[in-house]
Amino acid sequence: MTKIKTLADLKKMKEELQAKVDLREKGDSPESYVQIKVGMATSGIASGAKEVMDFLIEALEKRNIEAVVTQTGDMGYCFAEPTIEVKKPGEEPIVFGYVDVKKADEIIEKYIKLGELVDGIIPVNYQIIDEKK
Amino acid sequence: MTKYKMHLLVCGGTGCRASASDSIVENLKKELENKGLQDEVQVIMTGCFGFCEKGPIVKVSPDNTFYVQVKPEDTAEIIEEHIIKGRQVGRLLYKDPEKKETVADSKHMEFYKKQIRIALRNCGFIDPENLDEYIARDGYAALGKCLTEMKPQDVIKEIIDSGLRGRGGGGFPTGLKWDIASKNHADQKYVVCNADEGDPGAFMDRSILEGDPHAVLEAMAICGYSIGATKGLIYIRAEYPLAIKRLKIAIDQAREYGLLGKNIFGTDFEFDVELRYGAGAFVCGEETSLIHSMEGLRGEPTIKPPFPAEKGYLGKPTNVNNVETYANIPVIINKGANWFNKIGTEKSKGTKVFALAGKINNVGLIEVPMGTTLREVIFEIGGGIKDGKKFKAVQTGGPSGGCLTEKHLDTPIDFDNLIAAGSMMGSGGMIVMDEDDCMVSVAKFYLDFTVEESCGKCSPCRIGNRRLYELLEQITKGKATMEDLSRLRNMCNVIKDTSLCGLGQTSPNPILSTMDNFWDEYVAHVIDHKCPAGQCKDLMKYEIIPENCVGCTACARVCPVGAITGEKKQTHYIDPSICIKCGACIERCKFDAIIVK
Repeated sequence: MTKIKTLADLKKMKEELQAKVDLREKGDSPESYVQIKVGMATSGIASGAKEVMDFLIEALEKRNIEAVVTQTGDMGYCFAEPTIEVKKPGEEPIVFGYVDVKKADEIIEKYIKLGELVDGIIPVNYQIIDEKK
Repeated sequence: MTKYKMHLLVCGGTGCRASASDSIVENLKKELENKGLQDEVQVIMTGCFGFCEKGPIVKVSPDNTFYVQVKPEDTAEIIEEHIIKGRQVGRLLYKDPEKKETVADSKHMEFYKKQIRIALRNCGFIDPENLDEYIARDGYAALGKCLTEMKPQDVIKEIIDSGLRGRGGGGFPTGLKWDIASKNHADQKYVVCNADEGDPGAFMDRSILEGDPHAVLEAMAICGYSIGATKGLIYIRAEYPLAIKRLKIAIDQAREYGLLGKNIFGTDFEFDVELRYGAGAFVCGEETSLIHSMEGLRGEPTIKPPFPAEKGYLGKPTNVNNVETYANIPVIINKGANWFNKIGTEKSKGTKVFALAGKINNVGLIEVPMGTTLREVIFEIGGGIKDGKKFKAVQTGGPSGGCLTEKHLDTPIDFDNLIAAGSMMGSGGMIVMDEDDCMVSVAKFYLDFTVEESCGKCSPCRIGNRRLYELLEQITKGKATMEDLSRLRNMCNVIKDTSLCGLGQTSPNPILSTMDNFWDEYVAHVIDHKCPAGQCKDLMKYEIIPENCVGCTACARVCPVGAITGEKKQTHYIDPSICIKCGACIERCKFDAIIVK
C-alpha cells in the first residue's frame, strides 16, 4: 500500500477514487445531470438495449459529459426498440426510438451536446397518472 | 478498475443486521454471480440509513430506489426484476402511511425531506470498512488542510467561529474547550472521544461510529494538531461490538495509509489513536469518571475544577468531546466556519442528530438543523404517533432531561430553548409518549435507571435517588399522600443542589418536569387512587358488567387465583382483594363483560 505523504497525494488519490462513489452521488441529485433511461424489457434487450446502455455509459464518460444512465421497464414502444428517454437538466424528457449504437452516438453529439433534435423522436402522447387530476 | 453500472447499498447498522442484512448481502452477491452480473453491479454494506423502522433497507443507485423491510428471500426478485428487467419491485417500496401512496425514491419521503446531514453525511452512503470510499468523499482533506495550510490557532479560531457546541448534552462551545486545552502546557496531552453513549433509547454515536468511523479519527487528529496532543483515545462501551470492529479496521487502514502515525502529510505532526473499553456504566459518560475509568480506576467522578483541560488523563491536559461533535469537525474545516454558522439558530449552530423512539411511526435516526420544531420532528419526519393515538409528551435528554408537552410542540429545538422549556438537549434521544403512557410511571422508569447507574460515591445521589424511587412507587400503588408529593419535590431540589456530578444533579429532572406538566396525574394517583392512563397495575380494578354477563363460567374457570365466583347462567363477580389483575378473564370472555377501571 502506498502511503499518503503529501496533501497532493491525497488529492490525486481522491480524483482516482471518485469513480467509486460517483454513481451514488449523482443518484442523490439526478436533476442536475443529463438523465438517460434505457428501456430494458425483454423486447428492448432482444433488440440490443444492453449494448446501447454499455455504449452510453462509456461514451459519456469518455466525452466528459456528466450523466446518470439507468435502466427502466418497458416504455410501451415495442415497435421502436431499443428506446431511450433523455432528460437534460431543466428540460422536458424526450424519447428516442430505434436507438442502436450509431444512433446513440448521434444523440450524444447532436442532442445532448448541441441541443439539436435528431430523427427518431417518439412524440409523447400519453398522460401519466399524476397529471390526471 | 471495473466499471459498475449499478450499486446496491445494504444497511449494515446494528438494527438492520439484527434483521439479517448480512444474509441479504450474501444472497445478492450469490444471485449476481449466478446471472454473471458481478462485474456490473456492486453490493456495498453501508452504515445506518436512519430509517430503522422499516429496515433492513436496500438502496439501488443511481436510480435511487429505496427498498424497505427486505428479507433475504426477496433478493432473487430484486435481481431478476429490477437489475435485469429494470422494473421496480413494487411490494418492497415504501408506502406513505398518511397518503397511502408508494414512494420509490428516498428524496420524496417525508422522513428525509427536512433533514440536513452533516454528522451523518456518509452514513448509509459509503462502505465504512473501506478507507478509499471515505477519501473519495473528501476524507482526510480537512486534516491535510489543517496540517499544511493552517496554524493550530487558526484551526481553533475556525471552530470557535463556527459556533459548534458539544453534542454530548452540555452544549459547551467546542472551540473554547480546545482553546483552553491548547493553552495548558505539558509534555504530553490527550485527545479523548467520548463514545460512552448511555441514555436509554439513544444510538446516534453508535451509528456514526458504525457508518463513518474515519470521520471521528480525522477530527481527533485535527484536535490533536490544534491543542498539541499526539495521542488519541476513544472510550467506547463493550456493548458496541460492531462499532468497535469497524473502528479497529479504520485505525489499521489509516495507519497503513500514513494518515495516523508519524510525519502525517509530510509534516512533523504525529498522532495515533487507541481504543479503551468501558463496561457500559452511565456515569462514565461524565468526563471525570470516564477519565478515571480509562486510567483503570473505578468509574467515579471527581469535583471540577480541575477540569480535564488542565488535569485529565494521567494528570495531563485532556480534551474530551463526544462522537457527534467530532463528526462535524472535518466538514467545518472543509466548508468553512461561515458555511456552518449559517445553519441553525442564533446561539445553536449547525444540525443535531436525534434518535426517535417510543410510540412514533418512524423510529430511527435523523439529523435536522437546529431550530426545527418538535412538531416537524415528530409529526412530519417521525410520521406521527403510532396507531393514530394522541400525542402526550416527548422526553428529551434521557434520564437527565425532562418531558415536553403539546404546548412546546412549536418551540424551535436548540440548546437554550429546551432548557427554558424545562428539559435539555442531552445527547439527542427522543422518546415519544402517547395517551396510554402514565407519566408517574415514566418518571419511575428513569429513576429506576439512575438508581441502578449511580456510582454510589456521594450520598445525595446514592441514597436520595433510591428514596425518590420509593416515593414514586408508593404513588403508583395509590399509597402516597399529598404531603409525600411536596416531600418528593423538596427532595428533588436537594439532590440537584448537593450531588457531586452531572448524574445526580440532573437525575430528579424527569420527576420535576412531569410534576410541572402533569400535576393532575400525580394528584389522581394520590387522591382518587386512579391511574388516568390505566398503566399502574395496582390501581386497576377488574369488574364485570352485569348486563353483558351471561354466566357462562368461562372466566371463573380460567382465573388462576379463584377470584371469580358465580352460579351458571348468573352474573359473576370478581373479588378485588383476591384478583391479581393478570387479564386472563378478559381474554377468555366472549361477551365483553369484563372491564378494567
